[in-house]
Amino acid sequence: MRKAFITSLCELAAVDDRIVLMTGDLGYMALEPFRERFPKRFFNMGVAEQNMIGVATGLAEAGFLPYAYSIGTFASLRPFEFIRNGPVHHKLPVRIVGMGMGFEYGHSGPSHYSLEDIGVMRTLPGLSIVIPADSAQTTTAVKRTWNLAGPVYYSLGKDDKLSVAGLDGQFELGKVQLIREGRDIAIVAMGSIAQEAAAAAGDLARHSVAAAVIVVSNFHPDPDEHLAGILSRFRNVITVEAHTLSGGLAAFVGSVIATNGIECKLLPLGVRTPPDGTSGNQQERWRKHGLDRASIVRCVQSVHEFSLPTTSS
Amino acid sequence: MAIQNSISPQAMRQIILSQSKRANVGHIGSCLCVVEIIAALYASVLRAASPDDPQRDRFILSKGHAGLALYAALSLKGWLPPEQLDTFCGDDTLLGVHPESALAGIDFTTGSLGQGICLAVGAALAARLQGSKRRVFCLISDAECNEGSLWEAVMFAAQHRLSNLHVVVDLNGQQALALTRDVIDQSNLVERWRAFGWRVLEVDGHSVPEIVQALAETEGQAPNLVIARTVFGKGVDYMEKGIPVSQTHLAVNPINWHYLPMSDKEYEIAIEQLEQRA
Repeated sequence: MRKAFITSLCELAAVDDRIVLMTGDLGYMALEPFRERFPKRFFNMGVAEQNMIGVATGLAEAGFLPYAYSIGTFASLRPFEFIRNGPVHHKLPVRIVGMGMGFEYGHSGPSHYSLEDIGVMRTLPGLSIVIPADSAQTTTAVKRTWNLAGPVYYSLGKDDKLSVAGLDGQFELGKVQLIREGRDIAIVAMGSIAQEAAAAAGDLARHSVAAAVIVVSNFHPDPDEHLAGILSRFRNVITVEAHTLSGGLAAFVGSVIATNGIECKLLPLGVRTPPDGTSGNQQERWRKHGLDRASIVRCVQSVHEFSLPTTSS
Repeated sequence: MAIQNSISPQAMRQIILSQSKRANVGHIGSCLCVVEIIAALYASVLRAASPDDPQRDRFILSKGHAGLALYAALSLKGWLPPEQLDTFCGDDTLLGVHPESALAGIDFTTGSLGQGICLAVGAALAARLQGSKRRVFCLISDAECNEGSLWEAVMFAAQHRLSNLHVVVDLNGQQALALTRDVIDQSNLVERWRAFGWRVLEVDGHSVPEIVQALAETEGQAPNLVIARTVFGKGVDYMEKGIPVSQTHLAVNPINWHYLPMSDKEYEIAIEQLEQRA
């Protein structure tokens, strides 16, 4: 997604000279195409995320479209109050780009995991939040949201090759993407872990379980109506996110179910445990926290065993 | 440059006292000590044809708790109607204690210390990138220099030689709960800012001509700091001395007038003194 982001940003910057790219001294082997093409519009702000968001706010007030880049947790949590009082309060088009969703910075350890950014950013009305699940969706999302009048937070993944089956680069603000039809159960995923949901649905099909897969890729405006329409036909909904259960996908889907009076059960898969000091690669982290495709399949099996007596009677 | 006499420190102090009394709120001492700084800016320094002129100089009151001093200047300048000024600290008003950018004449909302200077650096960088001659002025408090984010901005401004940026520090020696020298000492601000690559001038913070002159100058490519030595509660004896005239249960303490509102008697004395000193 990094390559898709920077390629899209270069295309936009070629036609819109308001665009500047700022980085908190990160983005090696990622941001170079922009820096080389638009050296006067590229700023290494140093390791100073609070000032980066403050400066971006001052630039945006004067008519610029600043993109402020760092690792997700540094881009969102460290300067949170600057985001709140700056672009959000002033309704200015600052774009905050957080790299590395969930456990993508695996061996770098817990300081580098973005497990709370979506929940924290969702507390800010007026801040659009964009969470692409793969590279093609990143390209569409960046190009569809570049010109929004207000601020945007992008949570992007590092994997440039990732392609989630059925997503086909679709993205629309206020909508979810139904990437696989199925009548037995709905699996809702957010971010690059959607690949596990799609893979699990494939595994389930071999056991004659038809799972629908839905990708939630944006908030504010929330895709609540669209999602409610889809979920209303299911008895069980699983959410999958490499994020804590507070404020992220499970919180959103649970709220959609409750506020729309949908009669179904929510089975939230996410990070439930406090940090224990361990780190490992992304796949290992997903397994450990019960988020990988095998864990999703097990979750579905447990519901179906529960459901069998009532459905057969 | 012509000085607009209507924005006089005397008139500003009258507004600060009467509005604080009407609304029964504090932060009076913080407002009174920046009066000459804000008067210098709005009467003389700032180039702004109108509050929404894109090419206007920008001003950021980073020590937002002195918002009433800014409202006083905007009111005297004619940008803030008297009836709106009277909504200060009312309900559903744009005139809270801290300034709000939705109000005409306020460039940025402030109130959280250590943020305004970062916005100012962005505004100065924007002017540079746009080839504009507009300048950016930012008023910070001495205690605000406790904030780490402030020093992020200080370093960036020096690195990028933002000579169109003028920061004024209100050196009143106080913070919310104690004297700054007893909390985080700021007595070597000159050396600190110079070491970070800024051009530093020192002025009497209650001399409008000194402030105007200091803000008119630039030298080389360094960003500019004006250290304005001020007296907390300037203009009202008992505030300067920290005496709680009506609230006899409180001890004499220089920080008293950071938060206290005035009693009727205290207001009467304050207005009398203001008129005597005029």
